[in-house]
Amino acid sequence: MSHHTIEARELHYVYPDGTQGLNGVSFHIGHGESVALVGANGAGKSTLLLHLNGCLAATRGELRIGDYPVTEKNIKAVRRSVGMVFQDPDDQLFMPTVFDDVAFGPLNLGLPVKEVELRVMQALETVGVSHLSKRPPYKLSGGEKRSVAIATVLSMSPDILVMDEPSASLDPRSRRRLIEMLKTFEHTKIIATHDLDMAMDLCERTIVLHEGRVTADGPTSEIFRNEELLTNSGLEKPLGLQKCPACGAGPVHPTD
Amino acid sequence: MLKIDQNLFDLGRMDTLAMGDSPLHRLDPRAKLLTTLIFIVSVVSFGKYELSAMVPFFIYPLALIAAGGLPLSYLLRKVMIVAPFAIFIGIFNPMLDREILLSLGTFHISGGWISYLSILMRFTLTVLAALTLIAITGFSTVCLALEKLGMPQPFVVQLLFLYRYIFVLTEEAARLVRARSLRVFESRGLGFKPFISLVGNLLLRTLDRAQRVHLAMHCRGFDGRIPILRPMRLGWPEIRYVAAWAVLFGLLRFYNLPMKLGILMTGLFT
Repeated sequence: MSHHTIEARELHYVYPDGTQGLNGVSFHIGHGESVALVGANGAGKSTLLLHLNGCLAATRGELRIGDYPVTEKNIKAVRRSVGMVFQDPDDQLFMPTVFDDVAFGPLNLGLPVKEVELRVMQALETVGVSHLSKRPPYKLSGGEKRSVAIATVLSMSPDILVMDEPSASLDPRSRRRLIEMLKTFEHTKIIATHDLDMAMDLCERTIVLHEGRVTADGPTSEIFRNEELLTNSGLEKPLGLQKCPACGAGPVHPTD
Repeated sequence: MLKIDQNLFDLGRMDTLAMGDSPLHRLDPRAKLLTTLIFIVSVVSFGKYELSAMVPFFIYPLALIAAGGLPLSYLLRKVMIVAPFAIFIGIFNPMLDREILLSLGTFHISGGWISYLSILMRFTLTVLAALTLIAITGFSTVCLALEKLGMPQPFVVQLLFLYRYIFVLTEEAARLVRARSLRVFESRGLGFKPFISLVGNLLLRTLDRAQRVHLAMHCRGFDGRIPILRPMRLGWPEIRYVAAWAVLFGLLRFYNLPMKLGILMTGLFT
């Protein structure tokens, strides 16, 4: 009985305006896996993520989180086990202070106050921002906002972490810190990103989406070396696999 | 250039001030809120031509500003921002009400002018008191106090969200305005039409954001109720605080202190 798995079978989604969002997406993600979801703009990454905790309901096909099919009836259980970190932290941090925001989820789960406080402090410590707990969210820097946004989800102790572009609009050092932090998490992770170098650091497996379809699903290192596949999916080789443009030295992750 | 993001909504400083530490800051927000409400009711309940009796009421905001270590000039500037409303509300009073109420030698002052000044004084007192309250308490804490005092939660949530997203919204608006100003040459494109599409754009973006925020709330188990943990305690210091101010306001409301003082003084010299 594991809640940490995701099983998608032939997911189709059509937006109300007729745009095809997903066009038959199938995959299985096992317990503890860390999976990168890559694809060009408009490939359907965000649409897929929104399915994972029932924000969108597939027009056709089936999605199971652990033992539950994602349906109207199970939505509470699903949202409890899938923690979703949105792309723009301003969308996620809506409470007056950081503390209130991180406590929002656990309080909605109906946990006792003492437990909530404990979880909030633990979550803030995990992402290294416990000193910010009394601050209003609009006063934080981009990196701090991102960390707090992750804490708001961690405090609900989800089994699966879903992240939309976690490294977008972060400065290089905050990005590095984020990567190191995510490495320590043992959750099942799905990370939608354009930052292929981060994907190489964090995810052993990659799913490539193109026009609402899975065009590749396999070990990250193999997929990112397949130049033809990347080009066809509107992507480029990660910098770590390219020759240094300044000195011509070989890639950081050399091709075997 | 429009500097909405810098000037008008320099509201963030209010929160910094509210984070200060003084006996006043530590007082339960409900006590402060209640006292300010009593203050506002007392001031507003004065008669139309009342002027002198209101002067002593300045003691309340000024005492709070002194005790809380707040910057007076900053607060006064904030009062000035909303002043146009009050100025235009009463602007026709002097023309409509020409009955002479007061004569200083050959200088006659009509009832209209007095009621106009009375409006301005009321405005200054009440707005200054409200701003002082926010500066020593913090906007969101005032909202929570309102909820604990029985204000329905939908209103509280509206206020909290307004305050949370006003910063995001002004930033967005400022970006739009800046982007436009960079591509406007010799005032072409500054007209009404681009302005309409700019505002429309802002509205659409705001709706989009609202939708995303709503989704984010649902992802964390939102069910129509916003739970907030904030222990509040009403003790003797709070009761004493409210009672003392209420008694003072009562006295000042029903006894015209400056008038009494004036009569006393003129009595001494005649």
